[in-house]
Amino acid sequence: LTRAPRRYYEYMFGQPWQQRSSRPLGVRAGPELLELQVVIKSPEPGCQSFPHLGSSEAYHLTVAGPVAVLKADEVWGALRGLETFSQLVHEDDYGSFLVNESEIDDFPRFAHRGILLDTSRHYLPLKSILTNLDAMAFNKFNVFHWHIVDDQSFPYQSTFFPELSDKGAYSYSHIYTPADIRLVIEYARLRGIRVIPEFDTPGHTESWGKGQKDLLTPCYSGEQPTGSFGPVNPILNTTYEFMTKFFKEISSVFPDAYIHLGGDEVNFNCWRSNPEVREFMKKQGFGTDYSKLESYYIQKILDIVSSYNKGYVVWQEVFDNKVQLKPDTVVQVWMGNNYAHELSSVTAAGFTAILAAPWYLDYISYGQDWKKYYRVEPLNFPGSEKQKKLLIGGEACLWGEFVDATNLTPRLWPRASAVGERLWSSKNVTDLNDAYRRLTNHRCRMLR
Amino acid sequence: QLDVFVATPGCDGLPSLDSKESYKLSISEGSLLLSADTVWGALRGLETFSQLVGRDENGTYYINETEIVDFPRFPHRGLLLDTSRHYLPLRAILETLDVMAYNKFNVFHWHIVDDPSFPYESSTFPELSKQGAFNAMTHVYTASDVQTVIEYARLRGIRVIAEFDTPGHTLSWGPGAPGLLTPCYSGKEPSGTYGPINPILNSTYQFVSSLFKEVSTVFPDFFLHLGGDEVDFRCWKSNPKINAFMEEMGFGDDYKKLESFYIQRLLDIISSLSKGYIVWQEVFDNEVKVRPDTIIHVWKENPTPYMEEMANVTKAGYRALLSAPWYLNRISYGQDWMAAYQVEPLNFKGSPEQKDLVVGGEACMWGEYVDVTNLAPRLWPRAGAVAERLWSNATVRDLQDAYVRLADFRCKLLGRGIQAQPLYVGYCENEFGG
Repeated sequence: LTRAPRRYYEYMFGQPWQQRSSRPLGVRAGPELLELQVVIKSPEPGCQSFPHLGSSEAYHLTVAGPVAVLKADEVWGALRGLETFSQLVHEDDYGSFLVNESEIDDFPRFAHRGILLDTSRHYLPLKSILTNLDAMAFNKFNVFHWHIVDDQSFPYQSTFFPELSDKGAYSYSHIYTPADIRLVIEYARLRGIRVIPEFDTPGHTESWGKGQKDLLTPCYSGEQPTGSFGPVNPILNTTYEFMTKFFKEISSVFPDAYIHLGGDEVNFNCWRSNPEVREFMKKQGFGTDYSKLESYYIQKILDIVSSYNKGYVVWQEVFDNKVQLKPDTVVQVWMGNNYAHELSSVTAAGFTAILAAPWYLDYISYGQDWKKYYRVEPLNFPGSEKQKKLLIGGEACLWGEFVDATNLTPRLWPRASAVGERLWSSKNVTDLNDAYRRLTNHRCRMLR
Repeated sequence: QLDVFVATPGCDGLPSLDSKESYKLSISEGSLLLSADTVWGALRGLETFSQLVGRDENGTYYINETEIVDFPRFPHRGLLLDTSRHYLPLRAILETLDVMAYNKFNVFHWHIVDDPSFPYESSTFPELSKQGAFNAMTHVYTASDVQTVIEYARLRGIRVIAEFDTPGHTLSWGPGAPGLLTPCYSGKEPSGTYGPINPILNSTYQFVSSLFKEVSTVFPDFFLHLGGDEVDFRCWKSNPKINAFMEEMGFGDDYKKLESFYIQRLLDIISSLSKGYIVWQEVFDNEVKVRPDTIIHVWKENPTPYMEEMANVTKAGYRALLSAPWYLNRISYGQDWMAAYQVEPLNFKGSPEQKDLVVGGEACMWGEYVDVTNLAPRLWPRAGAVAERLWSNATVRDLQDAYVRLADFRCKLLGRGIQAQPLYVGYCENEFGG
């Protein structure tokens, strides 16, 4: 709360905070608002800690002269309230700043409101990530899902395994150093945003193999290796030794209680082609069901990560393939085909879910597609009240195949704002015309 | 040292549809020679030369020995920008002209006014922008701005063809020119809303005459684009005076005849100002009598497939410009540059004489969803696919090869400070904002 007021002062008045109280903001007759008092109610306000799934983001804002009051249980609510307050302040034609008398009691509908960025298909310079965190705060998003590595490149500089980025990044300048990572985490924290990293395995790992020999499965054509590689090799002890050490590092570098472990789109062809893998399948009694091998692998990774006291988020395939999950696993539903049905299944099995399927913002199309994102009603799936409580939120995803710093901001905003409102506001806030009016206004504000 | 030799001197003229843009580049040890018939060819050759210069790991600049003889396939290679749906600051237009030059585009089709706003500051009718611009102080193009654009373009061998689209697409003209637009009726009473330009009043033609007299002087290119597209007849139909006129003229119920009546008179006015004109295809489709040197701009994909339209237009003896498959504002997921690249403008049934009538085409960036925040990434490098299709030989169509060259060119654009978006996964040595 030292940084936030300065930040918001500049957003509202267009000039930096001056310690001396003066009257630089245009004088006008009428009741004056001299001060906004911010009160945190909890004895543990949370200013030194990290936001988490259970954090309170509620706030109460009373705007009346001469002193307005912003009350929140925790600092995270104060940040949300400051954003709202800054949106209420407007400038008249003469340069005076005005705010209407208001009484606001606000809190988010869903606790997990995230944005996914992909820094593997295209490297995103630090600045663009930080600018995006600012935009997220303007829209009350509170989770940055960092899909940091994938097939195409490995920009994460690991301390234990420096070869991963040495060999796997696009180039030496296309990496995130430990200092970069710390900067992102702290920048996010100051805005009440959690950073959940995703290290997606066993598929989507081609770039890992460049710097870690024998990690990936060699593919075969008949009796001969083809020279190409597939998913992580699930039959070698060395794989699990590597993962144990690697996730130990990840667990300490990223302070959030959750790590995203991926588990999506595992192509079985390479496993099938490998004679040693086939041998292993036989020994384990898996028959020809490679999803059993996938489960075998994932199970062991989940256990490794659990041992570091982290919770995990996984893509829906991990649930669909009947892997044994800990009760507090979060399942991310992303497949577009009948996602409501998937939400029912996941929550019926007692797992928490987050929804991404209707919010793949990388799927651009001509026209006002923000409307279809806004129209999504996350709880529109068959299920009991208890089940619906297990849907803790959702994420707007901006996959990186066609996105980098040249087009990230215009492609993500203000379209993602529609998702932001859907996840924060009450279920009955659905009027498209009203939303259009407010969103165009908000867009002009974000430009400023 | 690169020696540049231009056969026909003279750098003070304007580029035109007939300009020669051919050039020869001879690079060998001890001799770098760029020769062209005209300065316009020299500009094209300089761009090519700049793309051939590379830099090695030690920082040394180098260029391969090479012999190039180059000339464009089509003489009209244009880009349309729309400054009515959203105002584009001057610097955005100037930057676009720079990148057009990098891509050897040579026509800037300035769709300057339309329904939503009228940013063009007219000296004859200052009220037009005063009442019709989004903001008459900040969202206008002054006379000086316009001259800046024209000269900036000229220095890059780019023609500026202004479009003042009528009789439809003119709502923003109304506030500053009372009586110009047709009042729509609801039954016997005016509804308070307005439609296309009112074609039955003499005052209309006086106004149009004066405005285009000014426009003809301000914009020096021989051609003006007069629009003529998407005229909505409903407002005319509702107006009793218009109906009376229709009866008087014996037009019956065919409002296309009324539209033609207006366009005819407009074209005569423009001709008397010694300008040539380009019109959208509806003017041809509606059988308006146009001059033989009219250029018809093909933009619709239905009801007539555009290739069929190209055949029809050229069969009737008119020159044609193709834009239909190149509406770059129509974004979609994936590598849509490929579809733009694979278009073959002469893929229609016709005689060689017909095919000669295709003077080129234009990539269009309509502005409903575009302003300065997303113009550059949405335009580049996708428009490059259209640029190559219009400059290079018909045989240059290998997608794999084009991908490699376009991806490399995109990194070059980043190096030149242009916010060009990626084609697909990958990286450039120096990323934007890195």
